[in-house]
Amino acid sequence: MIISVASGKGGTGKTTIAVNLALSLNNVQFLDCDVEEPNAHIFLKPEIKGRASAFIPIPEVDKVKCNTCGKCREVCAYHAIAVIPSSDECKGDVLVFPHLCHGCGACSLLCPQKAIKEVNKEIGVVEIGVSGDIQFVHGTLNVGEIMSPPLIRQVEDYINPAKTVIIDAPPGTSCPVIAAVKKSDYCVLVTEPTPFGLNDLVLAVEVLRKLKILFGVVINRSDIGDDKVDQYCQDNNIPILLRIPFDKEIALLYSRGIPLVQEKPEYKKKFRMMFDMITKEMS
Amino acid sequence: MKQIVVISGKGGTGKTILTASFAALSKNKMMVDCDVDAADLYLLLHPIVKESHEFKSGKTAKINRKICTQCGKCIALCRFDAINSDLSIDSISCEGCGLCSFICPVGAITMKENVAGKWFISDTKYGPFVHAKLGIAEENSGKLVAQIRKVSKEIAERDRLDYVIVDGPPGIGCPVIASLSGVDCAVVVTEPTLSGLHDAKRVIEVCAYFKVPVKMVINKYDLNIDMTQKIEAYCRSGNIEIAGRIIFDNSIPKTLVKGITAIEGASEEVVKEIKDIWRKVISHDYNEAETAG
Repeated sequence: MIISVASGKGGTGKTTIAVNLALSLNNVQFLDCDVEEPNAHIFLKPEIKGRASAFIPIPEVDKVKCNTCGKCREVCAYHAIAVIPSSDECKGDVLVFPHLCHGCGACSLLCPQKAIKEVNKEIGVVEIGVSGDIQFVHGTLNVGEIMSPPLIRQVEDYINPAKTVIIDAPPGTSCPVIAAVKKSDYCVLVTEPTPFGLNDLVLAVEVLRKLKILFGVVINRSDIGDDKVDQYCQDNNIPILLRIPFDKEIALLYSRGIPLVQEKPEYKKKFRMMFDMITKEMS
Repeated sequence: MKQIVVISGKGGTGKTILTASFAALSKNKMMVDCDVDAADLYLLLHPIVKESHEFKSGKTAKINRKICTQCGKCIALCRFDAINSDLSIDSISCEGCGLCSFICPVGAITMKENVAGKWFISDTKYGPFVHAKLGIAEENSGKLVAQIRKVSKEIAERDRLDYVIVDGPPGIGCPVIASLSGVDCAVVVTEPTLSGLHDAKRVIEVCAYFKVPVKMVINKYDLNIDMTQKIEAYCRSGNIEIAGRIIFDNSIPKTLVKGITAIEGASEEVVKEIKDIWRKVISHDYNEAETAG
C-alpha cells in the first residue's frame, strides 16, 4: 500500500505525520518527495548507502549537420530553442535554454537533418539509505532548477510494492504535488483549524477528487483556531484520521529534529490506529 | 518603486501574516499574492474584485477517435506517460509538448489550449491587490506568477506607488523563482527549527543565485531560543541582515480566525516587533553598506 501525506498549505505538519507514521509501523519504505525542501532526513537520520544524479534529457545540436531550418524551434512548446537563420553575411546558430526544456524529445525526433541528440542535464540528486528498519529514499533539487516533477518521478521509481510505502509530498496543489501523490492508494491531508488551513484543504480535496485518490484528514494543532475544518469534513463525509492538539513540547521536539513517537511513545498507538482507519477506508 | 517579496522555503512559517502586516503598515503600496497554488492573502485583505481575467497557458493533446488507427506510436513516444493504453489522454500528465500531434501518421491528434487559471485586479482597504487562482491540478504556476507580477508592476508604475509587497510561495522551484525575479529585497521568514533553518538556507542560496538581497525574520523565536541563536549566527556568518524576531503568541492565530491583519489584532508586543521589522525592511542600510563595502 502506498500512502502519501500532503497538504495545500505548507507548514501544517506533513513531515511530522509522515515520519511518525513510518516509525509506528513495520516493513516501511519512506520516500521524501518534497524535493525542493526535503526535511524528513532531519528526523529519520538515515544512513545513506547510495547516491544517483537525476537527469532530464536536453538537446545538443551538431552545428555541422544543422542547416538552421528552424524546425526544432517551431516544434518546441516551451520556447527552449532559438534559431538564428543563416544568411550570406553570417552563419546561423541554434541556442538551447536548458532551464525551459521539459525533455519531451520533439526537437531531436523531428529534426530533418538528424542534427540533434539528447544529453543528460543534472537537475538533482536521489539518495537511498536506511533508518533502522525503514528503507529511505529522498530527492534534492539543485538550487536554481525550476522543474521538480521529473526528480519526484525518479524518487518514485524506487517504490517497493512489498512494503508499506509512505510518501512525504510537497505543499501546494500544482504539478509537484500531483507528481508526488499520483501513484498513491491513499492520501493523508494534514491541515490546521484556521481559515488558511481550511481554504487550502478545500483546494487539496478538489485535486484528490480529480485524481480519484481516497483521502482522510489530520487536524494538527487542533485547538488553535475554530471548528470550521471539522464542520467542512463532516459536511463532505471526509474522515478525520487524527487530531493532535498544540503542545509546546511537541513543537520543541520538532524544532530539534526529534520524532514525536520517540519521546512520547503513547503517540505510536495513535498512529497505528490511524493506519488501521486507513486500511478500513481502503477495503 | 521597490518590490519586496516575502518567502520562506519551508511552508507555514508566517509569510502571509507578515505580508498582510506590511500591507497594513506601509503607505502608497499594492499587494500581490504569488502563492497561486494555495492563495490565502485574500482571507486577510478582503478584496473587491474589479477585473477578472482568464489565464491561458499550455496545451493538451486531443485524439480524434474517428481518424485514429490505434497504431500506438504516440503511446510509445510520449515521455510523460500521458496517453493511456486505450488511447485516451491523461490530461493531468500531459505537459502539452505536442510531440504526439507531430508524429501521428494519420494526423488524428490536435493540441487544445488550456484555461489554467484566473487572475484578478482588486481593491482593498490597504490598496490595489493582484491575485490569482490556479485551476485544480493545473501546471504552469510559474507563468501565472510571472503574469501577475507583470500586471502589478504596470499598476505600481502607473499609480506611482512606492512599494509592491509580494506574498511568495513555499519551496525553491518554478513559482518561487518567478516571484523573486527582479525584486529589490527578499524577506525570508523562518522559524527556530532544524527544518526551518535547513529550508531557509536553500531559499537564501536561490536568492544569492539570482542576486536578490535577503533580510531575515525569525518567527516564533522563543519556541527554541538555542535554535534562534544558531540561525542568527548563520546569518551573521553569511552577512545576511536580520530584520527581526517575532514572539510565539496565541493572539496571532486568533487574528487569522477573525480575518484581520496581525497589526489590527495581535498583542502589543507582536505589533511592535512587526513594526520594527518593516522599518528595517525599508531602510536602505543594507544597500548602502554594500556599496560602501
